Amino acid sequence: MQRSLIDRAYSTIIGAITAFGMLLLLAPTLVVLIISFTGGITLKFPPPSWSLRWYVELLQSQEIVAPALTSLKVAAAATILSAVLGGAAALGLARSRLKIARVLDALFMSPMVLPAMAFGLSLLLVFNLLGIRLSAATLVLGHTIISVPFVIRMVGASVQQLNPVLITCSLSLGASRWYTFRRITLPLIRRGIVASCFVAFLTSFDNVPVSLFLADARTEVLPIKLWAILEGSLDVRVAAVSGVIVLLTLAGLVCAEIFGGVSRQIGSR
Amino acid sequence: MLPVIPLAALFLAAFVLPLIALVAISLFRTPQFAELSPAQYLRFFSDPFSIKVLTDTIWLGTEVALATLILAYPLALVYAASGQVMRTLITFLIMLPLLTSTVVRTFAWIVLLGRDGIINTAMLSLGLWQAPARLLYTWEGMVLALTQIQLPLMALPVINSLLRLDGNLTRAAEGLGAGRARIFVTVILPLTLPGAIAGWLLVFAAAATAFITQTLVGGGRIILMPSYIYQQAVGVQDWPFSAALSLIFTLAVTGIVFAIGALSRRCVRGVDAA
Repeated sequence: MQRSLIDRAYSTIIGAITAFGMLLLLAPTLVVLIISFTGGITLKFPPPSWSLRWYVELLQSQEIVAPALTSLKVAAAATILSAVLGGAAALGLARSRLKIARVLDALFMSPMVLPAMAFGLSLLLVFNLLGIRLSAATLVLGHTIISVPFVIRMVGASVQQLNPVLITCSLSLGASRWYTFRRITLPLIRRGIVASCFVAFLTSFDNVPVSLFLADARTEVLPIKLWAILEGSLDVRVAAVSGVIVLLTLAGLVCAEIFGGVSRQIGSR
Repeated sequence: MLPVIPLAALFLAAFVLPLIALVAISLFRTPQFAELSPAQYLRFFSDPFSIKVLTDTIWLGTEVALATLILAYPLALVYAASGQVMRTLITFLIMLPLLTSTVVRTFAWIVLLGRDGIINTAMLSLGLWQAPARLLYTWEGMVLALTQIQLPLMALPVINSLLRLDGNLTRAAEGLGAGRARIFVTVILPLTLPGAIAGWLLVFAAAATAFITQTLVGGGRIILMPSYIYQQAVGVQDWPFSAALSLIFTLAVTGIVFAIGALSRRCVRGVDAA
């Protein structure tokens, strides 16, 4: 009798915490989407009236649109760089049995462990010592480094699953190395590449600690701009930006899911 | 190994070299780079304010990790026991914060915790509170926000390790008459510990270094290591001290992560042997 009482209490608690946890996961995103359609001028919830005024205002705010475009360009450049360099490295490392391969693998993964602030500051110090002026290029460089670990892991995982016999077959049937890479290897590791590009892009687009140190006055990125706005005032335009980002991310996720099964990749991380 | 060379060169120039520079600069006594000495480190460890900033930051990571752990287990248990529809729903809910930008997630908490925010409005209209409570710019508000923001990092590894658990073990315990609560404490919890510890490490490191959430939800009066480093580097332009701060912070976070990781591997071996 007493045991069943404990069990019932246990089940109730588990159910209650789960319900709370699910609400907690959903609520913030939902609230941002709702508040972005407010007709009022404050972040009062629930909104006193509904309108699209903040989205209209957002389109007219050059000081937000320009950093958003900069962020997209920087993220695209960092994604391409980390996918090409990281993808090549992942392929090389997976086939190597040398001890140095494991050392390099650990090195390429270490930006994940290091607090990004410390890395941003250290890169800034080096640029200063070498007399390199900060620009969009320095920013891309920093973002590339922090995106590489995802590429190494995800592409590396795809390469591990690749049956090496297929490569040997292709080569022994007379195909060139380049042809084999293009027609056999690349299609088989496509999922890993697409997923890692998706994550690398988000990592760069979302990054603050590195951009904080490496962006110069002319290359203002979106998250820093939003942070600066929110430090000063609670601007409703940020809700509209957030709405746009959430919808674009969901659209990107759907695309990545279609082309690469990204949720499985992230889920297994 | 040929395709590895470009990335290795990039990392040497833009990752290893900067870290060496960081260590070197932290060893100068003045911001003008005069005289090599451990002065910056002595300054940190003899200053009660700096020490408190470090311990507060570590404590924040610990609190958030604990809170996510309490939320993640029930979620994982329900996930493991449910059908496909519920599983997809839970996966979607977990991925949602993971894929939304940090600034957006933090902004959401500003909306929720604000004076006219949803929590205050609800509590006032229910008559539970007499006046709007101050939630934004408090330690508790910051812990709550970070808990939600970092929950996916805990939930995913815990779910993964729960799914890998041999179902025969729980059925055996059930057959031998153990209740559900007892099965959880004596079978499920010890065997999924590796997942929980993996999540703990991720959440701890992420919460301790979450500059945006710390500054926007915690507010200007709560100084933690990331904002301390930023303030010393960009505000005061004291590079040797900010370099020393970065290194102390890095060593503290990675040191704790490695120590707990090593400890857990020993525990897991103990469980396997038992």
